[in-house]
Amino acid sequence: MRDHRFSELRLDRIGRNFGELAALHELSLTIRGGEFIALLGPSGCGKSTALNCLAGLLPLTTGTIWLDDKRIDGLPPEQRGFGMVFQNYALFPHMTVRENIAFGLKMRKTPRADIRSRADEVMRLVRLEDQAEKLPSQLSGGQQQRVAIARAIVYEPPLVLMDEPLSNLDAQLRQAMRIEIKHLHQALGLTTIYVTHDQEEALSMADRLVLLREGVVQQVGTPDEVYSQPANRYVAGFMGYRNMLSFDVASVSTGHAVLEEEGVRLQGRTFTPLTAKRAVAAIRPEDIVVEGPPPNRIDVTAEVVEYHGREMLVEARMTGGEALYFRTEKRLAVGDKTTVSVPQERVLIYPADAPAAPQEVAV
Amino acid sequence: MTAASPSAASRLTAGSGTPSLRHRLADRGIDRVLLLLVPGILFLLLLFVYPFLYGLQLSFSPQIDGGQALMNGYQGPLANYLYFFGDSYQRDTIWTTLVIGLPAALVNVLVSVPIAYRMRGRFRFKRTLTTLLVVPIALGTVLTADGLIEYLGPAGWLNKALVDFHVINEPLTLVHNYWGVFFSLVITGFPFAFLLVLSYLSGIDPNLERAASVMGAGWWERFRRVTLPLLVPGLAITFCMSFVLAFSVFPSANLVGDPSGTTRVISIAAYHAAFEQFDYSLGSATSMIMGAVMLAIIALVLGWRNTMFRGPAGGKG
Repeated sequence: MRDHRFSELRLDRIGRNFGELAALHELSLTIRGGEFIALLGPSGCGKSTALNCLAGLLPLTTGTIWLDDKRIDGLPPEQRGFGMVFQNYALFPHMTVRENIAFGLKMRKTPRADIRSRADEVMRLVRLEDQAEKLPSQLSGGQQQRVAIARAIVYEPPLVLMDEPLSNLDAQLRQAMRIEIKHLHQALGLTTIYVTHDQEEALSMADRLVLLREGVVQQVGTPDEVYSQPANRYVAGFMGYRNMLSFDVASVSTGHAVLEEEGVRLQGRTFTPLTAKRAVAAIRPEDIVVEGPPPNRIDVTAEVVEYHGREMLVEARMTGGEALYFRTEKRLAVGDKTTVSVPQERVLIYPADAPAAPQEVAV
Repeated sequence: MTAASPSAASRLTAGSGTPSLRHRLADRGIDRVLLLLVPGILFLLLLFVYPFLYGLQLSFSPQIDGGQALMNGYQGPLANYLYFFGDSYQRDTIWTTLVIGLPAALVNVLVSVPIAYRMRGRFRFKRTLTTLLVVPIALGTVLTADGLIEYLGPAGWLNKALVDFHVINEPLTLVHNYWGVFFSLVITGFPFAFLLVLSYLSGIDPNLERAASVMGAGWWERFRRVTLPLLVPGLAITFCMSFVLAFSVFPSANLVGDPSGTTRVISIAAYHAAFEQFDYSLGSATSMIMGAVMLAIIALVLGWRNTMFRGPAGGKG
């Protein structure tokens, strides 16, 4: 088999405008061969635009793309040689599974015997060998998904682009396919760029995450970096820091700050210097401990209690009237008064004027 | 189950008396809204089915008084048909019409494909361009014929220009013959074909071509292997519609054709029999033959279409 590996894919300030709107603004990123990158963000953040620009389906407005020393941003899609999995799969409805998978090889003028053996091999890899002569409409959603993946990897492209490939599947199948995609990536070592709006998917699959918001990169980092040290309150919100409490700044030292409001004192970590009088404390619901040790004790009244199996998800009100969400194994009832606390290393403090996360992001 | 359901139904409705008429009809699989179809069905029965059946029986009862078939010695209920196929002047109209109708329909479809293919995406002035391409629908045959005579006639602009620029010495004969009718059919038939092809094309998921291009297919391979196979069933229908329009050509065959010679199409033969010789029976028989030829061609084309992929052309297959 031919070796299509490269050592570096470099995106140099690539951007794409639609009329006045900058769908993607100066994205710079260096991807190492074999890496699994997730582009993460809510719909309309520019992640699919970025992917289409990489595939060559959309021309760039600004910037350049380099595959090692070769500039590729002027090439049409058919000359880039990448593989792509579309959100709706885009399987050719008039071709059998085998013909769909063989398409890319055929376009590469691969000898007929080779096409057959490689298609067979990939079909075995994605467990479709029994469906070879079926049409896509005769397959289940999960099988169609596997055809789409097989079709994109059969010619061993240097780069595989995946555009929300699991968003049309039900939750159970999504889990299974996630593992399968990860497996394929490890087995074949194909560099993959994976677009998703599901932070769990991104965190569990990717080597590095790129968080986008309104076309602008917010943070690039490993899952651990993004999860535990979100660069700003927007990323924090997207990563599950559901409590965003707006407080007055009481005192600031390097990497540390104390906030105060309505008799509540919160100590926490800072990543960006606080200059304004107001700041936001980001706290995960699962980091809050009911009747925990000081510091960072907050008096609350339980208002809504959701049953989540072993845990309860509680929406409570602080004395100042702000809502606080937390998870606990304690059986709280509506109207119960209690005291909660948060370890200070779990409180992330961001400047208040930075952008907030969209509201629809749930924990 | 079947035995239990009537009693169960009566128990359920016992409290509120008899169920509403709508529910009782729905139980028998009748949707009351379907009653709205009645005027349409009546209209169809009165204005299509009845005249058709009347014409059919008329074609089997040769006219005694002044009937062409009897005058030419044909007897029996099939006399009109025997006369039509026995007389080359009548019989050849089938061929004459096919020779005009089939190429015109084919040209309309084949010209529509590349134009519609180029126009399937979004671009500026698309609406203006589509309007320009479709305007000939509104012209009507008479206006088109007028224009053709003005433009292509012996003293028309085209011939004048060609002669003045010494491209040709004698004016070309482009109207009052086969070509006049052919051009007229293309001008009036193209917008129909174009609109149909455009709508069939827009029913094909654009992601399919995008996927093909990422997999290494240039524009010709994309068209040939992805778009065209999915478009073929639509093209077959478009061809049938264009052909039916072209085959029943009547006004332009008279206005820009040679109605007593090379463009004596089958509808002229029917008109001639019914309204000039007043042999309604022969006219009906000619119309029936005309219908049969159309149906035969359509059956051939659709039969061929059935050998192709006919599933949905969406992305998920």
